[in-house]
Amino acid sequence: MSSTPDTPDTWRKPPFIANRWLRWAVYLGIITYILWVGASMPIDWERVADGLGRAKRIFGGAFPPSFDRSGLLIDGFLESLKIALLATAGGVALSVPIAFMAARNIAPLPIYYLGRAIIIIARSFHPVIVAIIFVKAVGFGPFAGVLTLIVYSIGFVAKMLAERIEEIDFGQVEAMRAAGAPYLSTLVYAIMPQIMPRQIGLSIYQLDSNLRASAVVGIVGAGGIGATLANAFGRYDYDFALAITIVIVGAILISEGVSGMIRKRIS
Amino acid sequence: MLKITDLVKRYGKGDPVLKNLDLTIEGESVVSIIGSSGAGKSTLLRCINRLVEPTSGSIELNGTELTTLHGRELRAARRKIGMVFQSFNLVDRLTVMENVQSGRLGYISTWAAVMRRYPKKDIRRAYELMERVGIAHYADKRADELSGGERQRVGVVRALMQDPEILLADEPTASLDPKTSEQIMGLLRDLAGELKLPVLINIHNVTEAKIYTDRIVGMRYGRIIFDDTPDSLDQEAMDQIYSGSPHADRKTDMKEAS
Repeated sequence: MSSTPDTPDTWRKPPFIANRWLRWAVYLGIITYILWVGASMPIDWERVADGLGRAKRIFGGAFPPSFDRSGLLIDGFLESLKIALLATAGGVALSVPIAFMAARNIAPLPIYYLGRAIIIIARSFHPVIVAIIFVKAVGFGPFAGVLTLIVYSIGFVAKMLAERIEEIDFGQVEAMRAAGAPYLSTLVYAIMPQIMPRQIGLSIYQLDSNLRASAVVGIVGAGGIGATLANAFGRYDYDFALAITIVIVGAILISEGVSGMIRKRIS
Repeated sequence: MLKITDLVKRYGKGDPVLKNLDLTIEGESVVSIIGSSGAGKSTLLRCINRLVEPTSGSIELNGTELTTLHGRELRAARRKIGMVFQSFNLVDRLTVMENVQSGRLGYISTWAAVMRRYPKKDIRRAYELMERVGIAHYADKRADELSGGERQRVGVVRALMQDPEILLADEPTASLDPKTSEQIMGLLRDLAGELKLPVLINIHNVTEAKIYTDRIVGMRYGRIIFDDTPDSLDQEAMDQIYSGSPHADRKTDMKEAS
């Protein structure tokens, strides 16, 4: 090893923005904007103080949680479970063809754009907003919840599945084509086996996720335990509301644990 | 008989990868194609079963012009052309039997394929061929549980299940160790004789090409510059085939070819 006196012995990682002036201007700009936003936000400290008192009343009324009307609670929870199950089944069934449409490596360009468009639309609205629309369309109740969560499932499952399809080993598809296999047989033999583990994992995750979301969309009238919770709040039954919240948290913990276990098994 | 006339393949607007190529394969001969990487061997093979679209020229298999076929007719023609791949291209998560039967997908309905209701004679044929290459006891195993040599045997049986009129092998031994590689080459040669099947093999290993094939075609960047028996492949011919650069060779006027 030879090293001349000219060989440098210091090195610095090149900065993300090469121009020094531009770099500092960007940093300064971001900091100034955040400070300005914080300063210009109207925060009424009196209302904050009032809120503290009100919060105390709510929590005071909530303890101890009341399970007196557990019949209502169980009904609401079972309805949520039904909504989540139906929505997952429907959502996953619709997601598979949409995912195939939205996979660049197997779909013709116009179909690909159509598939992507469906996914983008399904993803662009939060379930609560979708639920409000469906409640308007089909009325209060679990049916609106199911429709909402089907849209929500498509947005996630179809997107992730399409990405998995784009990652497949295309050699297997080539082998089927070389054998003269028709289109559908090729999908079933060369692509399905490759995406199946992901498909199962996604479905289980989505069931878990739908159960959580079904509690939220219930609040805007789409049925399930969310509706029960909204009613309890509306009638100032804070102790019942706390009981419902405890059940929701417990159910989500259990479903998360179970789905995690199953997904670990198949991967 | 496979008859290729004036075949040209050009990707985009670039220089052609195959230039006015002519090649005829008759009877049940085992023909190997040698040449450096990028010479167009793989493209040539894939033009035959239209995994790659030829730009112009004609490819005729036993009287059927392949280059103009579409849809159902193309699939029917592909059934008659078996292909063996370098990376085997088996469906890892399916059983050996399912992989073998996937060679019949062009013959059976999608419904039968999905339900795995394979015709009795296909199952019998599968067992016969698997027995012949020594993998019958793996029928129920998943394809990814097998070793490289065994996997390529599955690949060969899958191609033979198509009841092909010609077998194409795209570097079938490049992913295998030397010993297994020789076994597979021997197997291809023997099967060609037993089934009266012409076989066209892309191969990098010139020694194996000389031992196991009846005729060697040497390609250099889109052209065939050697086509003779293995004995005639001397050092000079070898140097010719493996010299040149892709760019310089492809740029020269196409009329010069052949």
